[in-house]
Amino acid sequence: MITSFDLSRFALPGVILLAATSLVLLVSNRWRWCLFALALQYAGVFLLVALNWPFALAAVKVVAGWMAGLVLATAVLNSPDTWERELGKPTLGERPHGKPTLGGGRPPLVGLPWRPLRNQPGGALFRLLAAGLVAMVVASIAPRVAEWMPGAEMEQVWGGLILIGIGLLHLGLTAQPLRVVFGLLTVLSGFEILYAAVESAKLVAGLLAGVNLGLALVGAYLLASPSLEDAG
Amino acid sequence: MSAPVLWIVLPGAFALVLLFLRHWSRLTASLGIGLALVLCALAAWLNIGAVIRFWRWSFLITDTLTIFGRRFVLDNTARPALLTIYLVTTFWLGGVLAARVGRLAVPLGLGIVALLTAAFSVDPFLYAALLIEMAVLAGVPLLSHPGQPIGRGVLRFLVFQTLGMMLLLFTGWIMAGVEANPTDHALAARAAIFLGLGFALLLAVIPFQTWIPMLAEEAHPYAAGLIFLMLPEIVMLFGLSFLDRYAWLREASTVYASLRLAGVVSVFIGGWWAASQRHLGRMLGYAVIVEIGYSILAVGIKGGLPLHFALLMPRALGFGVFSLALSAIRARTGGLDIRQVQGVARRMPVAAAGVVVSQFALAGFPLLAGFPVHLALWETVGKQFQWAAVWAILGSAGLMAAGLRSLVVLLTSPDDTPWQVSETRLEVILLSAGIVAILAAGLFSQLYFPALTGLAQGLEYLAP
Repeated sequence: MITSFDLSRFALPGVILLAATSLVLLVSNRWRWCLFALALQYAGVFLLVALNWPFALAAVKVVAGWMAGLVLATAVLNSPDTWERELGKPTLGERPHGKPTLGGGRPPLVGLPWRPLRNQPGGALFRLLAAGLVAMVVASIAPRVAEWMPGAEMEQVWGGLILIGIGLLHLGLTAQPLRVVFGLLTVLSGFEILYAAVESAKLVAGLLAGVNLGLALVGAYLLASPSLEDAG
Repeated sequence: MSAPVLWIVLPGAFALVLLFLRHWSRLTASLGIGLALVLCALAAWLNIGAVIRFWRWSFLITDTLTIFGRRFVLDNTARPALLTIYLVTTFWLGGVLAARVGRLAVPLGLGIVALLTAAFSVDPFLYAALLIEMAVLAGVPLLSHPGQPIGRGVLRFLVFQTLGMMLLLFTGWIMAGVEANPTDHALAARAAIFLGLGFALLLAVIPFQTWIPMLAEEAHPYAAGLIFLMLPEIVMLFGLSFLDRYAWLREASTVYASLRLAGVVSVFIGGWWAASQRHLGRMLGYAVIVEIGYSILAVGIKGGLPLHFALLMPRALGFGVFSLALSAIRARTGGLDIRQVQGVARRMPVAAAGVVVSQFALAGFPLLAGFPVHLALWETVGKQFQWAAVWAILGSAGLMAAGLRSLVVLLTSPDDTPWQVSETRLEVILLSAGIVAILAAGLFSQLYFPALTGLAQGLEYLAP
């Protein structure tokens, strides 16, 4: 019986997974890594939500999250220049020669040096340091939040606050549509972990899944919109 | 059949169908207007809960739709609100073709209205936060035109509304705790802080107002107009539900003091920022902030709730005419910066008149739509808190200064351009009708005042 699984032993690994994936989302410039991290993040969310919710209802989180990831992946694949624009790299039309790259990182252009992220304040090190500050804030407020929320396990409080903190940091450091959507999905995931400890209504689960999918669809639209033809 | 099926499911399903028909702009606009009109008529005449006989058939229209154990309730007390919502929708859809908003405007507009109506009717009312968020998500494609770069305003709108939704959902849970343990003052203070922050984000209360002028500058003015008109009003109704539901919140004097302060600050700063703008779209944005401020101020004073609802008419007319006029001007000048619109009144006198008249109406200029409501509000506020009335009037003076500035810019032509009417016939008809309606609403306010102030009766404990 899958309902008899004791998921509480996976709670701490779940928190570590969430911390790692949110950091990858914050720091990485490779869209495949980001989307993979997002998918793993939803698995972590599922592990922590399942501490309070029935297995099947908690599975809604991971299914909705993976669907959201797929929507975003499809959008990035369908508009080759979008990730380049997101990173502030020259797109195909802007380059003197070469092919469009999908993988992020160093573009395979001979004689054209890799350029730092033009539209993102700070590099990976700065972001990691800022994430460290967020971790300190989370560590200081987690015990008090756990007191306020008697129904929540300590791991849920940790996981939820880490995602909310890193997500807010992500939102504060970017003005790029895809990264804003990553940030919002991260904050929302953190909120969902905490909220699951106090509310288990099916309609809320359904509506929050709808919000996750809606955010992904909006992200996909925002990625594609600048290159769409104006239909009048 | 139930009333929520009529006013929520039907327009929602219709919006989906129209999405597939979007390439036929005139057809989608006509169908959308037709449906909105039918729903208006039903809201005016249909008696919910009574058996309706039609030829050989008879129907019972119940007031409740249940989904997953949660209820959507639209009873007879909700009919004036439904009439207002779908009347505004009809007028907005009526201008979609003239404003050239895009093919997605009608389906998305109807979908947003259906979601906001669902938010207005859901029980427990806390779920409204999620439905409002869905309406916000549906609004993003409306605000971000295909082929244009994504502006920061739309992203900030998305971020603020999503964060606000989360805060309010969480507040709902804390509120339940306060209700169970009313002597826990620390918990009550925490709930009030979360609630205030959540609504400040959703309602763009200063200092969270930045997305409104940014959106008004970047997005299509007519699309932004719908969001500016519908979203704050439904969020305000959501906020009033909180006040109505929780006695400890309703009876706390600090809550009303905070509302008054937030309202007055929004009116004053919004008004004078409007006057200092160099972009007509941003002026619209700051006019929205002023109007939100007035709504909050009306809730924060004794006897102000009916006036809060009465503000709907001048606001709907003002925003409608302002955004339609801006759309017409933007379509010909390519932008709404002051340098781009200089002397436009000579080429587009009707649109220019629409901009100026609607700004004056929103500021509460005598004889125009906003005057009777603003006068009543200033009087009511002044009797209780003179300082608040003075600052509010000064804020409106700022908005009026913005109107004067627009007038001067639109009239000052760098060359001797001859006067001509270059608006389309549809634009002239709609804008002229809007200007006449603004005048009529100012002169004959007694015709709509009782109906709108009566909306306050829908709130069980807050109603006067």
